[in-house]
This record gives sequence, structure tokens and C-alpha cells, in this order.
Amino acid sequence: MSAVTASTGMPTAVSKGAFDVDWRQIARTGGLLALGLVFIALTGMPVGLDERTVIEPWLSLGLLSLTFLPFVLGYTVGHEKVLEGVAAKAKGARDVVAGAAVGALGGLGLSVLVVLVDNFDLRDPLVNWSPQLVEMLSFDQSVGFGFVAWIAISGALGAAGGALHVLPHQVRRAVVAAILAVLLTAIFESFLTDVIDQLEFLYASRGGLTNVWAVVVFVVAMAVSLSGGGEKLGERRAAYQAASGPAKNRQTALFIAAFSLAMIIIPLVTGKITQELMANVGIFMLLALGLNIVVGLAGILDLGYVAFFAVGGYTTAVLTSPNRGPDWPSWVPTLDGPGGWLIALAVTIVMAIFAGLVIGAPVIRMRGDYLAIVTLGFGEIIRLLFLSDWLGGYFNGAQGITNIPSADFGIFEVKGTDPRSVFYLVMVLAAISIYISWRLEHSRLGRAWMAVREDESVAEAMGINTVNVKLMAFVVGAALASFAGAVFSAKVGSIFPTSFLILVSIVILVIVIVGGMGNIVGVMVGALGLVGVLGGPKQPGLLQEFSEYKLLIYGALLIWMMLNRPEGLVPNVRRSRELHQDEFLQDAWLRGEVDRDESTTEAEASANLADGLGTNGGAS
Amino acid sequence: MTAAVRAKGAGKTNVDRFLTVLRVVMIGFIAISLVAFIAQQIAPENPFAEWRHGDEGATRLSWAQYRGLLVTGISQGAMYGLIALGYSMVYGVLGFINFAHGEVFMVSAFTGFIVSTKFDAAGWWEGAAFFPAIIITVALCVIVSTSTAVIMERVAYRRLRGSPRLIPLITSIGVSFFIQEAVRLVFGPGAKGYPSNPDWLEERLPWLGIEVKKLVVIIIAAIAMAGLWYFVERTKTGKAMRAVAEDKEIASLMGIDVDKTIVKTFAVGGAMAGVAGILWGILFRSVINTTGFLPGIKAFTAAVVGGVGNLGGAMAGGVSLGGAEALGPLMILEPWGIPGVSQLRDAVAFTVLILVLLVKPTGLFGERLSSEERA
Amino acid sequence: MKKTRPLIAVLAATALVAAACGGDDDDSTADEPPAAEEPADAEEPAADEPVADEPMEEGALGSVRVEPGDAIQIRSLESITGDTSFLGIPNQRATSLAIADYGQIKGFDVDLGTPLDDLCSADGGQAAAQTIVADEQVVGVIGTSCSGAATAAGPLIGEAGMVLFSASNTSPALTSDQQGNAGENYNVGYYRTAHNDLFQGAAMAEFVYNELGLTTAAAIHDGDPYTDGLATAFTNAFEELGGTVTGYTAVAKEDTDMVPVLTEIAAGSPEALFFPIFQPAGDFIADQAPGVPGLEDTVLLAADGLLVDGFLQLEQSEGMYFSGPDTRFGENTNQSTGVSADAVLEAYDAEYGEAPSAPFWGHAYDATSILLDAIDAASTMDGDTLVIDRQGVRDYINGVSGYSGIIGTINCDEFGDCGSQKVTVIEHLDSSDIEASKANVVFEYAP
Repeated sequence: MSAVTASTGMPTAVSKGAFDVDWRQIARTGGLLALGLVFIALTGMPVGLDERTVIEPWLSLGLLSLTFLPFVLGYTVGHEKVLEGVAAKAKGARDVVAGAAVGALGGLGLSVLVVLVDNFDLRDPLVNWSPQLVEMLSFDQSVGFGFVAWIAISGALGAAGGALHVLPHQVRRAVVAAILAVLLTAIFESFLTDVIDQLEFLYASRGGLTNVWAVVVFVVAMAVSLSGGGEKLGERRAAYQAASGPAKNRQTALFIAAFSLAMIIIPLVTGKITQELMANVGIFMLLALGLNIVVGLAGILDLGYVAFFAVGGYTTAVLTSPNRGPDWPSWVPTLDGPGGWLIALAVTIVMAIFAGLVIGAPVIRMRGDYLAIVTLGFGEIIRLLFLSDWLGGYFNGAQGITNIPSADFGIFEVKGTDPRSVFYLVMVLAAISIYISWRLEHSRLGRAWMAVREDESVAEAMGINTVNVKLMAFVVGAALASFAGAVFSAKVGSIFPTSFLILVSIVILVIVIVGGMGNIVGVMVGALGLVGVLGGPKQPGLLQEFSEYKLLIYGALLIWMMLNRPEGLVPNVRRSRELHQDEFLQDAWLRGEVDRDESTTEAEASANLADGLGTNGGAS
Repeated sequence: MTAAVRAKGAGKTNVDRFLTVLRVVMIGFIAISLVAFIAQQIAPENPFAEWRHGDEGATRLSWAQYRGLLVTGISQGAMYGLIALGYSMVYGVLGFINFAHGEVFMVSAFTGFIVSTKFDAAGWWEGAAFFPAIIITVALCVIVSTSTAVIMERVAYRRLRGSPRLIPLITSIGVSFFIQEAVRLVFGPGAKGYPSNPDWLEERLPWLGIEVKKLVVIIIAAIAMAGLWYFVERTKTGKAMRAVAEDKEIASLMGIDVDKTIVKTFAVGGAMAGVAGILWGILFRSVINTTGFLPGIKAFTAAVVGGVGNLGGAMAGGVSLGGAEALGPLMILEPWGIPGVSQLRDAVAFTVLILVLLVKPTGLFGERLSSEERA
Repeated sequence: MKKTRPLIAVLAATALVAAACGGDDDDSTADEPPAAEEPADAEEPAADEPVADEPMEEGALGSVRVEPGDAIQIRSLESITGDTSFLGIPNQRATSLAIADYGQIKGFDVDLGTPLDDLCSADGGQAAAQTIVADEQVVGVIGTSCSGAATAAGPLIGEAGMVLFSASNTSPALTSDQQGNAGENYNVGYYRTAHNDLFQGAAMAEFVYNELGLTTAAAIHDGDPYTDGLATAFTNAFEELGGTVTGYTAVAKEDTDMVPVLTEIAAGSPEALFFPIFQPAGDFIADQAPGVPGLEDTVLLAADGLLVDGFLQLEQSEGMYFSGPDTRFGENTNQSTGVSADAVLEAYDAEYGEAPSAPFWGHAYDATSILLDAIDAASTMDGDTLVIDRQGVRDYINGVSGYSGIIGTINCDEFGDCGSQKVTVIEHLDSSDIEASKANVVFEYAP
């Protein structure tokens, strides 16, 4: 950073010449870009995703995996934090130059890679060091062509990214919105054509938007954004957040009604693929809603959440399947008749609560991070018990429990072969979960959870029985997870220990974190975005081709979110304030709202702030 | 803090009663198992064994089989201990569990695989040439693992200093998965086999019946441990590390560069994991992208068992855990007539963790943490 | 103000419940595809004569009409990502090769679509099967790789009137216990060219007891349904022959230190140890077993999971016995395409730059060509349109007998087991010449 020295004067724009750029910063970002691109190339993503076209015929998902990074980094290289009271630099040609330089540097990395792959054989340890990679990177032309092409393409993209700075704020937003619109239309191809068959004209026969329609979508999205579509949405949201009392309730009710209606109608008009996808998203949404109570509200990092999912699934399976282990005493009924599933669900919830107590009690006094590892251990222990030959007489060990009947309610039947019915069932349970979470969040218990999350010692000093309160979080979370387990076993019709790996816990955690810890809407968005688009641990998403890379992306996403947006996509107001306490204080200090006197302690300052910003929740 | 409040508070809660029962049940279970095990060693036909095992009869082990179990447990435990050092040091200094530390170990084992196969192709992995080759391999492994640890700190954790303690933990879970998947995608799925060890490593010592490679693993681990102890307790850098672990603010007031010291802590932990990685390669001659995951978690368990922040404790914890894992299923579970006990080995390891935290939360050899981290 | 919120939520929930009932009612009456309603009738496949060229009546399961210019749709559902991709990828590739070799059916191309992934799990298999049945043009599916996936995919695909034809499922539950009783997960419309686990278990037991003359044995599985099933089949068959099973235990797939588990086994001093598991756990058992006191002279045996080049190249695998499908295909020729096993392997290498990583490619090739034969036999021309009778496809496959395929002579039984029913045991002699070992058959089992 060249000139980010604090100035006490009024913010002034400092303009500079086109080539007066921070070369060190460019070299660093460019080097990073080159490394990133080479890494992506070596993971096999470009070649592996080449089959899926985004825009027919020239842009495939594989090519996109290489081209988005220069664009993004070309933009970020010129990006600075705008600090209050600090002079910002004027945007101009220099940003374009910087972006282009970064892009070209990064492209150089790929160019060198093409030449290296073409001349040396390192396929022994590096599996993607293949002739196909050369072909792809040199666009089926000569290697020299590829060499030049990548510097040019990447440089151009970097310049385009940098040029975003030059555009006025509104246009910039419109361009970004338009690009996203094109990409989303392409990604959601199977979904959109499933909902409205007539939309097929948008797409080429072997998949991907056609050139013409890509342009049309781009222009339309841009026009909508420019005409203020996005602004209006933002205003509405701000208005909603500002509203209070009956007005807010009415809006909430409207929103819920509209959402419910959409959830009822969409499955009616879509085909089985989408219904299956939505049913899977729903199951993970149920799980995430439960974990949200544990992690998001009570601040307990439970890495073994899958244990409750497994307990739920196995309890239902044992109670309904005629094919459970042979050692069960005869008084354990097989509830495969109408209504049997509901009785099984009731027992399942009881069992999950019991499991929650048994697992929760020993861990609840531990330090937060010890607790995380111990719960992870419990998750594994539960899976190993279901898998073991020791309990094989009850749970069939590795062979799993099969022939689990569908959930028969007498008037209608929820079965795995009919994903729509599964989706409706999941939605009913999700509505119940949401209602429970929401009521709890605003109850005495919910406030106690948040107090514990913010500072356990203080909460204890305030007279909250932290042990009981945390145990309650565990138990409620466990009960909600058992919903998902019960649906899962009825849906799949068979249940195996391999469905309950540690990975499932981690995926649910990523959903909660990416969506926004402690925020119900956030969790729903997270489940939809991650499981719906990328896919769950064993469930394909809309981007089926991604299944090979989705864990890599989950990992990267988790890191990125924690570093840049720990409060998630749809943050919980209170939670994000906790996470950004320092920044809030800093901003407030810069605005002069906080007494600059040394004697003001941080705690007082944050109390001032909390008063100033107004807390929601609280008393009603 | 919590403990203090509880001590002052009146009476026991239901949770406390439950935990007391749990402790008694677990310890009682283990005690009965051990007695039953000894009994069936002496008299396999005793009533308890017949009751639990029926016609099949109880398992009786020979002395040689014991020795085999013990040696394998100790050599495995020595590796847990080496990895645990990294956890312990980072936890001591930064107060968070670096979940991705197991991946540093895996990266080292992978480096060892690549380098050793290259040496093998050149004919250097046998005879006299083995010694320079293995030294170069170890050096490369340590360099790669150290850099991995340092880069990890720089990219993912440095920006999170001072954030709530669960944030870096969650980040490290992401780092762990990212590295695992990156290795799988770049180097391909499936297990990678090391070349065959020279014959002398595979032989057994005539008087003890121990395989030479296991002895080598134990000895190298002990040397690395001693080196680390010297480094931390006797050098200036080590002193700085201990100071930073005790109190970062005061350390920086004393003129210690906290950032640099933290980087050094990561580097030293990474180097230890690097040594463990190549030892793993020699011992098991195979590596896969998930090699680091479970051993990593178990190494953390070892650190807790020995007492976090306590270097000797980490090593002792590792050896105890390795021993418990090797002997536990046969000595504790088998006397009850549980079939297929080896399947429950990981469950035993995690139960050890739970038991230690329930009975002696500060670990067998005591924690060494600063006051803020104990809160 | 607080009172209203719960009310709204309750209303929303009730609305959802109501809609769920309503929605489902619609479903069962109105828009269910006719094909899915008749599975009950299909339970007893009519023993019709092949319906080959007679004018087509509407079969019990409906039919597929392929318009001129369109292609006949079949799908591949294999485990192509993750740990088990070594098993699924060769199957999927062999399916493609078979389609290419087979050529057109009555002037129509055959399209395999995008390869689908069963993720080697029940949930993965179900999701992928939903994708398949959503397209009513699909006639049959080659897959799955893993038995667990077939458990969940089978009912879906069967109900839709399609055919699920696996090259590598071996679980007895999917077909029958070989005594004439259907397995608990048997579905009409399910076939496989892989052998039944019971068959391989019996073959190994026979070999150990009668050929090697050993009377005590132990088995280890790794918690995978396949390995567990095979190890159980082996111990049951071994006890039936009169042998004693001294131990049956399991390892975890991630385990590396096998001394404890081997010590547990060694306590019973077995003469033979059967571990039908996969790499890498198998590497460690083979490596560490001779060092465990009590197992120094125990004969080590494994199954097709370890009958892969990566394992055979290890020194520690020398001297072991492996059961598996008879892979001495040599000049075996598929009768439909007229291509020999060697030629398929050559084409495979030319196309994909490597040899198949698992031994079931031949099974996949034969399964595909039988399916295409069945489509050919069950289809008629209606003007320019090809009409494929779904029931006819099943009838044809049910009646397959004496089919000469790459894996040998194929006969389908009434529960969909179409394997060549021949298992061989090889003795592995030299880790530097694995091709010789693969051909070194010491025992053949084909009752």
C-alpha cells in the first residue's frame, strides 16, 4: 500500500497518472494469480469440466474455472478499503493498467505451464499433467498459440476487471449483475427448463446458453439493474428492517405466505429431477436448522452433529423395517402399517433427545474447542457402533437396514420413488423446525443462549445456569436432526453406516456458516445454494459435474467466509456485531462517537454502541 | 472461571450426578475388564469367560503376541506424539486447535513418497546409497511440511488473531479439507506405495524379536523430541516462545516480535510433523490423501491426554494413546465377549479422550497454558 | 404483537400440510405416468415367446417410441468419482466401447447420455436414478457399481419399466440365495453379469478346504457391505464343508496399523486368512501378517477387490491366492459385436491410455451388448418410428441362455443372475510379472 497514511483532513481525491501504480502490489497479486491458475489447471478442473457448456460453443465450465480468477483479481488489485477520514485515490486508467498487468502476469503462469507440460513428462506424481491439458490450454492450436493466447486473454480479463473501477457505481453494479445473471441462467438450465418447458429455446441442444440468448439475458439484466431494480429491492429490504410493530408483522406474514405458496407450487410444475433435488435440499435444510440452534444461537461448535441424524435414521429404520437385525426382542414392534411412520417419528424424537442428553452431558462443561473435538469423536463412535459386528444383530452392521417402508399416512404416502411427496413432508417438518427455532430464539431460553454465546462467564455471573441452557441447545438440536433422519430413512428405503461420515457434519456446518450463523433465512439460503447447486456429501446438485471438486470448493468457501465474512451471507444482526466488534469500535471512534479518552474501556464502548444501534429481540 | 463459580455454588446439579455415575461406570467397566482379562490369561475356562464367550472360548495371547502389540502401539504412539507436539505448541501460543495440522503431516508423507520413488527409480533406495538418499528425503520432507505450516499461518490464521476462538478453529477445518482435496485432485486418488525398504530395516532383532524399522521409528522420534526440548528450553527463541505462550502483550513489551515467534512456532510444529510423515512412510510404506485426518485428530487426543502445552506430556500422551489403541480392544472389550473388537479401535481412542477429559481434564501430566486460555 | 407471529407460522404450516395432502392426491390420480402403475402385474414375467418381429401390442409396461433422427436412450450409472472410481470408470468405458462396437439398432443410434454417478451409496444411487427415470425415453441402465446403490436405485428403475443391468454388484440380497429364494432387495427388472457373492465365497471355501487341505480359517472385512457379505459367505461355506472358523473380524478402511487386528486373529491360530478387502488396507494386512506371532505360516487369500495391478505389484502380495472372475478371457468373443476380449482391451488402451483398473470391464461390455440385443429383439418399426416394448426387453433378458460373451457363456436365472458362474483362484508368484500370475489359475469353480 503506497499512500494509506492517515490524514486528519477532509477526504480528498488524489489523482495520479496511468502508470503510476503500485508495482509491488501488482507483482504480488499477479504471482498469486499465476499460482492459483496453475493450481486450478493441475487439479484437472479445466479438462474435467470442459464437457459442460455455459455459453455454446465457446465458454465451458472448465474454461470458466480458469477465466474468472483473472477478472476478479484484476478488480481486487485496485480495490482499497475506504476508511473514513482517509483520502481515497481517484479511479482512472491506472486501475485498468494495474488489472491488465496482474492478468498478464497470471496468464504468463499458464503459458509457462503449457510449454512445460508439452515438453516434460511429470505425469507420474501429477495426474493431470496430460496431453489433454495441453490441447485444452492451447485451444487445439500450436503450443506457441496457447502461450500468447493466455497472456492476452488473462491480461484482457484483468483489464476488464480493473476497468470496473472506472465505471460509475451504478453501471458497475449493473455489469456485475448482468454477468451473474448469464452465469446463473446457464447453471440453472436443468431447473429452469424443468419448471417451464418453453424456456428450452434459450439453450443449445447439447446444453449451454446460445450466443444470442446470452447477449439478450445480459442486456436485459443490465437494463433491469440500471432502471433501479436492484436499488428498489435494497430499499424494500431496508424499509422492512426499519419497520416495526404491526407493519413489520404484516410484511413478515406476506413474505411467509408468498414463500409457502412458492414452495407448494414449484414441485407441482417441476419434473422428478428437480423434485429430488429439492427433497435433498430440504433434508439438509432440516439438519442445518437444528445445527443452527446449537452453533448459531448457543455458540457450541458441535462437529459430531451427524450422530443425531444417524440415531434418527436408525431408530426409524428399526421401528419400521421388517428387515432390521434379528436380535430385537419381539416387543419392539414393526410399524409398517398406515400411520406407523408417525409413531416411529415420535419414538425417534424421544431417542434423539436421549442421545442429546447422553452425548451432551459429558461434553457440556468442556472448553469450546475441546468440545468440538470430543463431539467429533462421539459422531465417529456412534457410526462405528452402527457399523460394528458387535451390534450387527441389531443394526445389520455393514449390510445396513433395507426394505424400510415408505411413510404411510393413510390418506397419502410419502415414498422415495415420489420425491414430490418427500419434499412436502420435509417442508412441513421444516416449517415446524423454523417455528420452533424462531420461538426459541425470542424466548427467555434463546436470550440465555445468546448470552452464553457472547460470554459464558458473564452469563453465569448473571445467574444463568449455563450447563442446563447449553444442554437444552444440544437436546433441541438433536430432536430437529432426528426429523431429518426419519425422513431420510423413509426416503432412501435403506440405511447404511456410510451415510453418516464426519463429512456430513462438516457439510452441515458449512451450510450454517455460509448462510449465516444464527439466522434462519441464512440457513435456508445456505442449504439451497450449497446442496442445491454444488450437492451434498452423497447427493448430486444442479452442477453434477462438480461432484469431483465440491469438497475442495467447500473447503475454500469455508476459509474465505471465515476470513472475509464470518457472519455469513445473510447475517444475524447481533452475531455480526459480535464478530466485528473491533471494526465497529474503530468506525465509531473515527466518527467521534466514542469517547477518545483512554479511560473508556472496550466493554463500555460496546455497550454505548449497542445502545446507539438499538437491539432487537429484547423485551416485547 | 466456570469451575470456580461451580465450587462456590450450592449443591450438585443433575448433570454432576450423571457425570459421577458415568465416571464410576466407565472406570468400573475397565477395571472388571482388566481383571477378567488377567483371569482368562491364567485360566481360559473360568466362569466369567465361559459366561461371556460360550463355546468359542476366550482369547489367550502369548508373550510374543503381547510384545508385538506393545511395540506396534509404541511406534504408532511415537508418531502421534510427534504430531501432537505441533498441536500442543500452537495451542499453547495461540489458544486454538489447528485442525489442519494433520494435513501438514500428510503433505510430508506425500513428499516422501514422491522423492523416494524418484530415488528408487535411480537405484538409490537400497544398499549404501540409501543413507544419503534418506537424509535428502527427510530434509525435503521437513522443508515442505515446515513451509506448509508457515504458509497456512500466513494465509489463513494471521488475519484471525483476536477473533473469537472458534473462528480460527472453523477456518482450520476448511484448510484441512482444502489441502486433503487439493492433494487428491493434483496427485490422484488412491493409495500411493513407497518403494520397498532395504532388507535390514525389515529384519527383526534376534534377541527381542522387534522389527528394526519400528525400533528406528521410536529412536528417531525420541531424538526429535529431545532436540525440540533443547530448542524450547535452552535457546533464546525457545524462551521467546514460552514468553509469548504465557502472555502475548507482556512478551511484546519485552521486545519480543510476537508475529515472528508465532511463525517460528508453526515452523517447529511443522518440522516435527514432517519427521513423523517420513517415519510413517517407512513404517507403513503407503500414503493417501486422508492419511493425515484421523492420525491428526488422534494426535490432538494425545496432546490432551498428556496435557496441552506440555511437550513431554504430548510425547507421553502419544505413546499412551498408541498403547491403548493397540491393547485396549483386546484387553478391555474382548473379555466381554464382544466380537470383532478391532473394528472399534477408533471408538476406543475417542473414549480415552472422553475419559481423560471427564476424570482429569488437565491431562495426565498437567497443562501449561496462559491464564487467558484456561478461561 | 407477539401473539400474531406464531399464528402466522401455524397457518403457514397448516397450509403446507393441506397442500401436501392435496398435491399427493392429484398425483395418484392424474399425472402419474401410466408406466409406473403396473409394476404389480410385472411381478410374474410372462413366459412369452420372444416377441421379435410380430406386430407390437402394447406390453404390460408400455413402450418407448423413438422418432426418426432420434437415438435410443440408455444410461450408465457407475461410481465414477471418489475412492471407488477405480471400479466404476472401467465399467463405464467398457459400456461406451460396447455401444460403439454394436453399431446401430434397426438404423437407430444408441445414446448413452451423460455418465451418471452412483457415488457408491444408497442415497447417491437414488438421486441418480431419479434423474434417469425422469426421462421416459430411457430403456435401460448399465450399473450400478456398488450393491448399496442398487438397493436404492433398483425399485425406482424397476417401477419405471426400465432395466437395471449391473456389471459389478455381487450382493446376494439383490438377486437370490442361489437356492431359489429371492433376495430381500430383489426387484423385477434387475440383472447382473457379475457373480453372486455366495458363489465366490463357496469357491474360496472349496479351494481352501479341499485343494489346500486346510481345516481352520479366519476372515477379515472392512465394513463395506461387499467385503462383509463375501467374508460371511466364505465362513458359512467353510463351516458347511466341515472346517472351523477361528475368527471373524473387521478393520476400518483407514486403518494402517494392522498388528492389533492380526493379533486378534492370531489368537485362534488359523491356517488360512481370507481378507476380501480393498487397497490400501489390504496392503497393510499382507505386509504385516507374516510378522505377527502365530500367523507366520498362515496362507493369505484375497478376492477381486485386491486383484488389481497396484496390489499385485507389491512384493508382500507374492505367495497369496486370489479368487475372482475368470479373467483369462483371451480369445473369448462377444457374439453380438464379434469383438474379442483382446481387441476390447486394445481399444480400451488406445482410447483411454491405460489398462482397466478393475476386472469387471468384460462384464460391463457383455451386459451392454445383451441389453442392446434385447432392445433389438423387443422393438418393431411403426412406419419410420422404432417402438420398443419394455416388457419385451425384460422377457428377452430373462430368456438369455448360452450367450457367448467376453466373460464366457452367460445364462440368466429367474432372479437376474446372468454371470458366467465361473470363479477361478490364482496363485500369485512374482510381483514383477503380474500377467503371468493372473494366468496362473490353480483352481476353477463352476458347478
